[in-house]
Amino acid sequence: MSTAMIDGNKTKIPSVGRVASHLWANSGMLLIFIVLFIILSLFVPYFFTWRNMIALALSVSMLGMVSCTMLFALASGDFDLSVSSVVAFSGVVAGVVINQTGAVGVGILCGIIAGGIFGALNGVIIAKLHINALITTLAMMQIVRGFAYIVSGGQALSIANPGFFGLGNSIFMGIPSPIWITVVCFVMFGVLINNTTFGKNTLAIGGNVEAARLAGISVDRIRIMIFTLQGLMAGFAGVILASRMTSGQPNCAQGFELNVISACVLGGVSIKGGVAPIQGAIVGVLIMGTVQDAMNLLNIPTFYQYVVRGTILLIAVIMDQIKQSNLQKAV
Amino acid sequence: MNAYLEFRNITKVFPGVRALDDVSLSVKQGSVHGLVGENGAGKSTLLKILSGAHPQTDGVILINGEECRFNSPKEAIDKGTAVIYQELNLVPEMTVAENLMLGHIPARKGFIDKRELFEVSRKEIEYLMEDINPNEKVKNLPIAQRQMIEIGKALLHDAKIIAFDEPTSSLSEKETKQLFRIILSLKEKGCSVIYVSHRLNEIFEVCDAVTIFRDGKKVATYNSMDEVNHDLVVSKMVGRAIEDIYSYRPRTIEGPVFHVENISGPGVPEPVSFTIHRKEIVGFFGLVGAGRSELMRLVYGHTRKKSGTLTLNGRNVNAASPAASLAEGIVLCPEDRKAEGIIPIRDVTENINISVRKKYVKAGFFLDKKKERDNAAAFIEKFQIKTPSLEQLVGNLSGGNQQKVILARNLSLSTELIILDEPTRGIDVGTKSEIYKLMYDLAEAGNAIIFVSSELPEILGVSDRIIVMRDGMIVKEIMREDASEETVLHYALPEYDERRELIGEKR
Repeated sequence: MSTAMIDGNKTKIPSVGRVASHLWANSGMLLIFIVLFIILSLFVPYFFTWRNMIALALSVSMLGMVSCTMLFALASGDFDLSVSSVVAFSGVVAGVVINQTGAVGVGILCGIIAGGIFGALNGVIIAKLHINALITTLAMMQIVRGFAYIVSGGQALSIANPGFFGLGNSIFMGIPSPIWITVVCFVMFGVLINNTTFGKNTLAIGGNVEAARLAGISVDRIRIMIFTLQGLMAGFAGVILASRMTSGQPNCAQGFELNVISACVLGGVSIKGGVAPIQGAIVGVLIMGTVQDAMNLLNIPTFYQYVVRGTILLIAVIMDQIKQSNLQKAV
Repeated sequence: MNAYLEFRNITKVFPGVRALDDVSLSVKQGSVHGLVGENGAGKSTLLKILSGAHPQTDGVILINGEECRFNSPKEAIDKGTAVIYQELNLVPEMTVAENLMLGHIPARKGFIDKRELFEVSRKEIEYLMEDINPNEKVKNLPIAQRQMIEIGKALLHDAKIIAFDEPTSSLSEKETKQLFRIILSLKEKGCSVIYVSHRLNEIFEVCDAVTIFRDGKKVATYNSMDEVNHDLVVSKMVGRAIEDIYSYRPRTIEGPVFHVENISGPGVPEPVSFTIHRKEIVGFFGLVGAGRSELMRLVYGHTRKKSGTLTLNGRNVNAASPAASLAEGIVLCPEDRKAEGIIPIRDVTENINISVRKKYVKAGFFLDKKKERDNAAAFIEKFQIKTPSLEQLVGNLSGGNQQKVILARNLSLSTELIILDEPTRGIDVGTKSEIYKLMYDLAEAGNAIIFVSSELPEILGVSDRIIVMRDGMIVKEIMREDASEETVLHYALPEYDERRELIGEKR
């Protein structure tokens, strides 16, 4: 309905109102996070301490890493439920390989590749056989979890080689390695979604898959790449988790896939595809971690924590919906 | 005064845009009122106010003298209005009967009264002069019949005001005639009908009065169609006189550049062959379902061909996928702009650069955002795309501007063969004219152009050669000099089949 012609010479003069509404439209959740953070810092004892900040960041590091690739799956209009099982499986694989060969590097690599293989399998089934991502990854979630139990014999698998523990437990400049890795992931995948053809093509597929195909995008290849990346990343996260726990645990990370999707959606990533700001995923992860951390500090019983987490997610998406419908009316 | 529906001083302001500005018009009982205007002129906005989708900013609606304001579609329906949109609102997996009575399905103690459902639906279908089984699923019906069901739905809600938004854009001539019969019977029943269309012939055929919009304002209302003629309406619409919207430019056609030999596949059961020359515009005409779009999809590699070879500049090209075709310089603007063309939730820049951007990348990987912006800005300037900014979401642009964005996307690449599938569907006269000019420019620049359309006047007006299709086959090729409405239709219509057998003509 807009009829104004574009004018390259004039630049819009931003008014305070416009800046505020722009901020709200693009980073509403960021504002909420900042307010939440300030309130918690003021009223929750021990919240705003270096020690707690590090603990908080560490607790969301795995969530952050996997949300980077989940962002791509969501951007393309799909999602991946199998990440939790892949995390467990790759940790177990890394443990087995390290215990058998004693080679830490080989173990880490095998864990990551094991994740990648299942991710690629997801991608091929979804892209080439046109099976719905929900069903495919739901099935894969069970299959991979099963393999994790089979390979480990159903028990936690202690890893004997201390060289492996450095991956998840070393500290650089006062900050634990998983946090550094997560930051690097956010930067890398932020560049990938915003500044590369791969990222833009992913968003185009999520926005209108038929149009994307007709515009010459190799939709199948990109879908396979997205799920392979997702598998590799979940594998990497699993290996780091195993390193932190000094063991491969076949039953770890249950329900993790929903936390990852929740975090992304919380930050404003569209479940329908096509809209996937990396800053949204970051904010979503931070809000989830912050609330969890504050609840722990306040000694809120676990049962109530579930209720609070679910409620926050609901409120966030309802707010997003209201924002979207206002935007559409404004058009 | 026997105006049943009256809009009084209606204004609708969207942030930054005055979509309707102080518009007043009234529709009599038992009459058909046409609304015409270019895209973005305000016709659709008026319908959206009537349907309760967007309440007006200012002004009142009077129905039978009663002041109304619709804040939701339900309020509008309860007051006896129905708007039948281009995109139909039916549930494909449900039956005709269930769709007809959706929301009012007859039930006894919570259980569906199937007999009542069937009977009411059967009567309604009978009234609509259709031959449809009420228990058929809607997804199995052609678009024309689906539209009839939408009309039936409105009548079952006892709608007194029925508005049609571009109802014939996907109907064949025969189906259009049937729609007109229904509209006339609605009129006789005392309904007030609003008819929005870009096809002026239809306006003159079916309307009793016409209102012309331009830039959100009412330009003129004629309460009798005897007061106006085609040219007057067009000149009021565009604000200037148009001698000939086609303004055909003759060219010297060069040698063959693209040849298709015995191609077949989904929608094209029998092998089809044709040749396109450099600098030539070839119009593909046929009724809806004649297989034109299906043939183009095969040529472009969007659907997989069963047989056939494609030759471009004497070289075999394998149209394995759209990506492969684009790499050869074959581009396609798809028929269904919304479903296959635009990516509505991404912005103008991204939509324009989606195909070309891999040529712009730096270090083989990173987007060159400056080049993308420059390219988008250049096309916005060149095609006069109306958008407030490069970052506007394409879903928010008008249909004509969306089409220009798709053209810009394809023409960002270097092209040899340009396939335009219904490029002017649902687009106003002014933009149509711009698109024809662009086609001549592209042909003069050395492209071969395939122009698919269901509108015979524009096929005749623009094409150097016309290929007529029917039932997935090419039935005739006609040179521009030899083409007339009669000859082209003669081959496009199904009855031709029997005649052909009679005279024993070779295909």
